[in-house]
Amino acid sequence: MCDVFYLLLVSSFIRIKILNMKILVCISHVPDTTSKINFSEGDTKFDSNGVQYVINPNDEFGLTRAMWFKEKQNASIDVISVGGSETETTLRKALAIGADAAIRVNASTPDGLSVAKHLADVAKKGSYDLVIAGRESIDYNGGMVPGMLAAMLNANFVTNCISLEIEGTNATATREIDGGKETLSTLLPLVIGGQKGLVEESDLRIPNMRGIMMARKKPLTVIDPEPNSSATKSVSFEKPASRGDVKLVEADNIDELINLLHNEAKVI
Amino acid sequence: MSVLVYTESDKGILKKAAFEAASYGKAIADSTGTSLTAITFNVSDTSKLGHYGVDKVLNIESVDEFNAFVYADAIKQAAEKENTAIIVLSSSADSKYIAPILAIGLNAGYVPNVVETPKNLSPFTVKRTAFTNKAFCYTEISTPVKIVGVSNNSYGLVENTGAAQTENFSPILAESSTSVVSVDKANDKVTIADAEVVVSAGRGLKGPENWEMIEELADVLGAATACSKPVSDLGWRPHSEHVGQTGKPVATNLYIAIGISGAIQHLAGVSASKVKVVINTDAEAPFFKAADYGVVGDAFEVVPKLIEKLKVFKAENA
Repeated sequence: MCDVFYLLLVSSFIRIKILNMKILVCISHVPDTTSKINFSEGDTKFDSNGVQYVINPNDEFGLTRAMWFKEKQNASIDVISVGGSETETTLRKALAIGADAAIRVNASTPDGLSVAKHLADVAKKGSYDLVIAGRESIDYNGGMVPGMLAAMLNANFVTNCISLEIEGTNATATREIDGGKETLSTLLPLVIGGQKGLVEESDLRIPNMRGIMMARKKPLTVIDPEPNSSATKSVSFEKPASRGDVKLVEADNIDELINLLHNEAKVI
Repeated sequence: MSVLVYTESDKGILKKAAFEAASYGKAIADSTGTSLTAITFNVSDTSKLGHYGVDKVLNIESVDEFNAFVYADAIKQAAEKENTAIIVLSSSADSKYIAPILAIGLNAGYVPNVVETPKNLSPFTVKRTAFTNKAFCYTEISTPVKIVGVSNNSYGLVENTGAAQTENFSPILAESSTSVVSVDKANDKVTIADAEVVVSAGRGLKGPENWEMIEELADVLGAATACSKPVSDLGWRPHSEHVGQTGKPVATNLYIAIGISGAIQHLAGVSASKVKVVINTDAEAPFFKAADYGVVGDAFEVVPKLIEKLKVFKAENA
């Protein structure tokens, strides 16, 4: 009798665990895509003067996909960002979109490895079933955080992910490859490097007033970082050399365009 | 001690990105006074790698399908066997999938999107793109083992006269719980990543039904087709063709933009391309400020003319 009761307890626990998938969405706080990029302090620092910050677009697709898991499969969503207090506006926006709780690791990070280590520290403790990050952040374009995180967590990993379905502990994910796409079958725990396709641009959500009000009451926990080391360091920046003026060719003189591309630019 | 390069293949045939990565690896091997070893998977003919400076090839035949963890494990073991301090990969989708896993496995620093040979060997400093090509960043790697991801079409191909010796390499590899279900890939189309020329079109084309001439122009040039973000958001073209900051970067020899005004995100995404041509009715379109050659005119008149003239040109210069 006791054994039967125990079995029932265990099986219901497993059921609950599967039904309530725990998702961690990693959010990078990045300059808006329209930002003009400038540097200060002798071209050694990014100049954030006048720059508007947003949720990294690749992360936002992931957050929206996570919302679908929450609404259709009863998942819970924590969002996390590594950075100073300025990143909290972005985390609050993620809460207003619908995440349940936010975590900020209060650290300044010299590279992607350091970010991944901070995320791994939190992810290990939270035993998440699914971690969604963007395939890359649009500032440093490193594209290394999700893969490093997966390797540190010993989790499965799919990057450039454009479709994700999860049933129980089985996942089917499609990734973009050069010239096509590839569908993979894998298991939780899983780390995803997401991008557009995970959801469409038109599926993205703008927080409404109710969401914004509710976000104020949701927990935003600030964690002091565990010390870690980086492997790389940005030393200095440079802007691309400005190019010469465009050479205009008359619309009725296409021969001249072909001549220029062949003889001057030597590209055809 | 040698530099190790992962040379990627598709169905047993080495890709252009593999020869670029090998050329880059050879430059580093020369400057550090070491040899260059390449690692390949299921490549039937590895001899061409010698023409790009590879001294030795480790070919693995025991792995059936691509798996980032299994490949990273094999490359890690090759690096340990070769006592490698510098590993070179390309910027292909697969290389970018493998590299971060490899970096953790080897406690190595990894820098992707590198556009030149190292500026310094000590401290090891490379130049990479950042902010989606709106800037370059000089980055130091401080770990004993270093991983460099070379941007496609940046260092280019450098031919050499060497011959590569091939040995079979059969590391014991861990099983993965990830497997390939299906691959959907057009075999007859040039991909944006591999293309020398990309023909791209925007909302100026007015509707998806007008893409026939874009595809014909791409055909004549042996080019890949691409599109602007609004066009992919409207569903006129697949997402995989969207180039720009939130889409794919394009680093091609020739980029032809038709009916694309040139939003800052689009210009950033294509700015690593060497020569840019813009065709647009609006002479004030921002793309004209970022292009090398421009035609102010209606795409529906200019493109058919361009196709016709290019056909004649190709026939004469074949």
